[in-house]
Formats: sequence, structure tokens, C-alpha cells
Amino acid sequence: MGVGGFFTSKLDEAIGWARKFSIFQYPFVTACCGMEYMATACSHYDVDRFGAGLPRFSPRQADVLFVVGTISHKMAPVLKRIYDQMCEPKWVVAFGVCTCTGGFYNNYATVQGIDTIIPVDVYIPGCPPRPESVIDGLMKLQEKIATGAQRY
Amino acid sequence: MLARLGRRLGGRLLATHDERGDHTAVVAREGIIEALGFCRDEPDLRFNVLVDLTAVDYLKFPGREDGPRFEVVYHLYSIPHNHRLRLKVPVEQDDAVVPTATSLWPIANWLEREVWDMFGIRFAGHPDLRRLLLYEEFEGHPLRKDYPIERRHPLIGPKV
Repeated sequence: MGVGGFFTSKLDEAIGWARKFSIFQYPFVTACCGMEYMATACSHYDVDRFGAGLPRFSPRQADVLFVVGTISHKMAPVLKRIYDQMCEPKWVVAFGVCTCTGGFYNNYATVQGIDTIIPVDVYIPGCPPRPESVIDGLMKLQEKIATGAQRY
Repeated sequence: MLARLGRRLGGRLLATHDERGDHTAVVAREGIIEALGFCRDEPDLRFNVLVDLTAVDYLKFPGREDGPRFEVVYHLYSIPHNHRLRLKVPVEQDDAVVPTATSLWPIANWLEREVWDMFGIRFAGHPDLRRLLLYEEFEGHPLRKDYPIERRHPLIGPKV
């Protein structure tokens, strides 16, 4: 590795380190998982420790799309549009089994996993997931952000 | 309560029961709006709340295979008298139309739209009979018992 390569990789590392602690999230909350999301975001579990304390209710200023709750076929185009509005780099977290696979809803109304519509970086299973699982998922996402394993 | 309804409706009151205070009347379609209006406006009854308006699909229901396929169900509640009443209207599959109750209770507007959405029962005279919960591109009425359980109508994504 030449000197230039050394600086590039160190710079990537520094950017990755900075990014992983400045997660501006967009909570796309549609169902009961929102309660656990709120519990995670509040002081007891304090997601702000991971730099993800500020939800941005505009997809254009958000880095991470938290899809929290069941996505129906009627809602799917809305979710896709929100995702398309986010600027690169962007990540998606599927929060709860409904977003991961459709959960126990296999019927005419429910999307069988949001990964049929948009790409997903981290899956957090649970119905709903406990805040500990959410924090675990968030730390996995931080790892992914820091190592620059990005998808464009 | 049921006796008064019977005197008012005559032959259009098809059946009644009041098992353990659960007052229920089965009314022919021709008499339902009169029955609902009577229940709402009569001073002794005064059913001022339409709690629920829904439907039941009796396709393949044991003992009901030959009868009318659907029943539209009205749940009424009276705040001044604190009593309840259930009215049912049998509806045939080939002629699934019921007169609308929107002129009596405005909430019937959305409840009837939901019944249309889920069961495909039309309400004659309804001001805006569109789907309430599902989207316009959806084909069929999913709470009908003969709706294929695997059928999907995704707007985007894979057509599973």
C-alpha cells in the first residue's frame, strides 16, 4: 500500500467513525413496535448514547430509515417514496418481525418483508423487539457504517 | 322493545330473540330503514348511537348453507336509556344491496364503506360508496369466505 492508499484508508476510517456516532434517523412508525421504539429512545435505554438520539421527521435530512411496524400493501408505495427521498449514504433498519418477514400476518393486506420493496441493512426481530435487541441492532449498524460496508 | 318493533313492522320483522337480555331482531330489507328510524326517534327507545354496522358471510356455515348468504348487522345503543339492540338484515348474494342508513346516523357513511370494501355489499343511496380501507386497485372483497386466501394485490414489489 502506498502513502496515498494509507491516507485514503485512514480518512475512510475517520469518516466511518464520525458517521457511526451521528445517526440521524427517520422513524417510519406504523404499528405497535412504535411503543418499543419510544422506550428505546427515552432516557432509560437512552439511544442518544449511540449518537442516534435525534429523529429527523424529514427523509431528506435523515441517514437511517427505521421501518417500525407492519407495512401494508397500501403503505408500500409511501415507504418506497420515503426511501427514494433520502440522500446517500443511507441505511435501512427493519424493526420487528413484521418488517423483516411479514411476521404472523400472511394475508391479503401485508407486505411479506420490506426487503421485497427496499434494501435492508439490519434486521431486528421480535414482536416487538425489546429495547436491548434494538440497541444490539443499532450497534451492528454502527459497525457496518464504520467499516464502510456501504451499498450504493 | 322487540314487541313494539313487531307491532310497527308487522310481517317485515322476520324473527326475534332476547336470550339473556341480548335483544336481537331480524328485519327484512324493505323494513330496515323504517325500523332503524323508529328505534332512533321513538321516545321510549331513543337509540341515538349506531355502535357498529358490519356484515357476516354465512357461506358454508353449518345449517345456513341454503339461506341468504350475507347478513348486515346493526348494533344500536341508547345513551338516555342505557339499553342495546341488534338488528340483522338477510341479504342474498345475487342481490347484495341494502338501503343506506347515512341519513339517520352520519357514522353509517364510513361503516357502510367498510362493509362494501370487505364484503361487497352495496348500500343504495350512499353518497360516496368507495373503498374505505383498501386501495382502488384491489380486486375482490377479502372478508368473503370464498376469497382465495393466497390472493395478493401488491401495488409495488413482487406479485406473490
